Amino acid sequence: MDPIHTKGTMPTSTSISARKTADMGCDQFPAGLRVLVVDDDPTCLRILEKMLQNCCYAVTKCNRAEIALSMLRENKNGFDIVLSDVHMPDMDGFKLLEQVGLEMDLPVIMMSADDGKNVVMKGVIHGACDYLIKPVRIEALRNIWQHVVRKRKSEWKDLEQSGSMDDGDRDQNLSEGANYSSSAYDGSWNSSKRKRDAEEELEERDDTSTLKKPRVVWSVELHQQFVIAVDQLGIDKAVPKKILELMNVPGLSRENVASHLQKYRLYLRRLSGVSPHPSNLNNAFMNPQDHPPFGSMASYNGIDLQTLLVTGQLSPQSLAALQATGLRRPTAKSSLPMALVDQTNIFSFENPKLRFGEDQTQHLNKTKPASLFHGIPTKMEPKQLANMQHPSVQTQRNMNMPLNIKSEHGGTQLMHLSQQQTVGQTLNNSTVSHLPGIPSTLRNPIISGSITTGNGTADNSHGPRYNLVSPTSVMVNYPMSQTTEVFQEEMNSNLKVSSGVMRYDVFSDLHMQKAHDWDYQNVSTLAFGTPHHGNFIHHSFDISPSSLIHHGFPSSQTNGENHNSSVNGKTNFPFLDSTQPGIPQSVAQNSFFDPGEVKNQNIPDASYQTDLISEDFGQDELLGVFLKQEQQEDNGSVDFSGYQTENICV
Amino acid sequence: MQASMEVGLMQRQWVEYTKSLFMEGFLDSQFIELQKLQDEGNPDFIVEVVSLFFEDSERLLNDLTRALEEPDVDFQKVDGHVHQLKGSSSSIGAQRVKNVCITLRSFCEEQNIEGCLRYLQQLKQETCLVKNKFENLFRMEQQIVAAGGSIPTKELLF
Repeated sequence: MDPIHTKGTMPTSTSISARKTADMGCDQFPAGLRVLVVDDDPTCLRILEKMLQNCCYAVTKCNRAEIALSMLRENKNGFDIVLSDVHMPDMDGFKLLEQVGLEMDLPVIMMSADDGKNVVMKGVIHGACDYLIKPVRIEALRNIWQHVVRKRKSEWKDLEQSGSMDDGDRDQNLSEGANYSSSAYDGSWNSSKRKRDAEEELEERDDTSTLKKPRVVWSVELHQQFVIAVDQLGIDKAVPKKILELMNVPGLSRENVASHLQKYRLYLRRLSGVSPHPSNLNNAFMNPQDHPPFGSMASYNGIDLQTLLVTGQLSPQSLAALQATGLRRPTAKSSLPMALVDQTNIFSFENPKLRFGEDQTQHLNKTKPASLFHGIPTKMEPKQLANMQHPSVQTQRNMNMPLNIKSEHGGTQLMHLSQQQTVGQTLNNSTVSHLPGIPSTLRNPIISGSITTGNGTADNSHGPRYNLVSPTSVMVNYPMSQTTEVFQEEMNSNLKVSSGVMRYDVFSDLHMQKAHDWDYQNVSTLAFGTPHHGNFIHHSFDISPSSLIHHGFPSSQTNGENHNSSVNGKTNFPFLDSTQPGIPQSVAQNSFFDPGEVKNQNIPDASYQTDLISEDFGQDELLGVFLKQEQQEDNGSVDFSGYQTENICV
Repeated sequence: MQASMEVGLMQRQWVEYTKSLFMEGFLDSQFIELQKLQDEGNPDFIVEVVSLFFEDSERLLNDLTRALEEPDVDFQKVDGHVHQLKGSSSSIGAQRVKNVCITLRSFCEEQNIEGCLRYLQQLKQETCLVKNKFENLFRMEQQIVAAGGSIPTKELLF
């Protein structure tokens, strides 16, 4: 007799499943893996659901791709992996795949009764992490967790890589910084961490400010920032490094951006070239509520907005509004925004600069600072600074610069923050928000990579790569220590940077670089309190609020955008670090954190495939795949080259 | 005694019937997979899934009929329907239905109306046939369970 079908009381499903769970050893990883299965065929859907349940996964089934997408969007961290059919009436499975990859960056497995090589290849090209032929057997489903782990692992790796350089700085930074960042991280990654204990143990970074197992979820906001950055740089010139810097998101690594960029490019190509459902794509791509047209994101406004968004100072709605009013350039990475950006970039030197910091120090220094500062006098006096400040963030940057010596980002942010406040206060304000956490934030892993580590000295290379362009920025170069204190106080009180133009590094590299050069000089001088050579006004600062240029850039320097969101300091005010002056703190940190603000963004996970590809495959193979995919375009290779070379264009 | 003998008999009959379905190609190994999924917590899983299939297939067959009756046949649409039917039939192990779908698809590709119509007819027949088979099977299962026995699915794993 088959015990299974004994007549008698029917156990409740709960007890049954509990028993089954125990029997099947479902009480441990990967049990509970949250799977979203999408298939318009009710028979298949039910069977898959049952199979996945038998694998002890937490299954959610959905028979419409649009519904699936909205589920994913509403619950950004609600799922670990997506299984989707290829042929669906309302949306092509590959489109769904792309969207999920771009927006949420979750591993997606495609399924189909179609086993033709072309279809499978299509899956690969669109970024599917696996392709199952129907009828799917339970054995095939048992191991899907590997894709989740693999992805996280690469995210971690990215993080580690980007953050490793930080470690030194991080240590240097005050403990508060460390605390700040660790708490910041905790906030962001809590949910993902919760589910990744097993992996975390293996991969957890070394310490306090460690990023918890980061899982980058390309949320709407994050993606927006990304698009803004890309637009600013120009799709053709957008390389991961710069984008990363512009985005200035804590915990985001270059690799994460690179993979996302790759997907984005494919997506754009699809839009422009094939674009069977451009509207869908657009819609899907951008959440209606807070996605302004692509173009607008690109504008400097966007950049600032991004930053603001990140730091929580600018709400998505505001961002959308601002963008709407600003550039609306759906696809044009127009020069206009760029131009505008230029100015703004001056201040948002932080991140980008940081990145380049090390390698580009020279480079940065070389750029002609003068050009950046439209006529900024070499010695800016507070008053001047104050004036300057007005036009833009730039000034703020300057302000921040000294402070940020370490954290490029931080400076800018501070600048932004202060912008809103009185001049004197600006620094404080801006820094305030960061100050407490500056040290830690400074260690923006991403940014700091280049800058912070080993920057014990305020040397140019590390220095705040602010775009010292603006005279105001000069101001920022106070000796760190001094400023730090001051800032901290003030910052604390003032946190909000209404103009919110935390334009962090959204600006193009170009600007950044220029700024850097200038900055560097200043920085070093500032750091040590020496008069800057160049236009820095810094030395006069002793961080006295008055001398501080209101960081709060008048938001829209060029864009005229006034992001009035208060910048809560999640901006990087590296300089707030109380670390020694001139020590380019892990600026990076600043800008990134504030986990609170950063909407729970996990470290973007370099796309699963991308990472794999880049890591494991030869460039040729990848190129082959991409070229094939986009025969008409050259992007395939471009993507790669962009990804790989990361030219820091000078 | 009688009851148990009856149950035993019914169970043997059930096994024989099921095996024959496999032999005749009505069912394939995927059906075994479904059997594995069914358990005490979900004793009606197979009935549920098979019912879903027949509901869906009825709809699809109607759509196919309509699509092929159009003056200007949209073969892509037809192919889409067939593809779906192929997917769902294969997922429950209805092999013969799946095979007809494959053939029908090739006619769609060729845009061969006659071939499509002919095979649509065959598709309907096969679907009807396997539906009857399942109905028989489920009836036998009900009788076994009603007589106090259980379905000897394990004996299917040959």
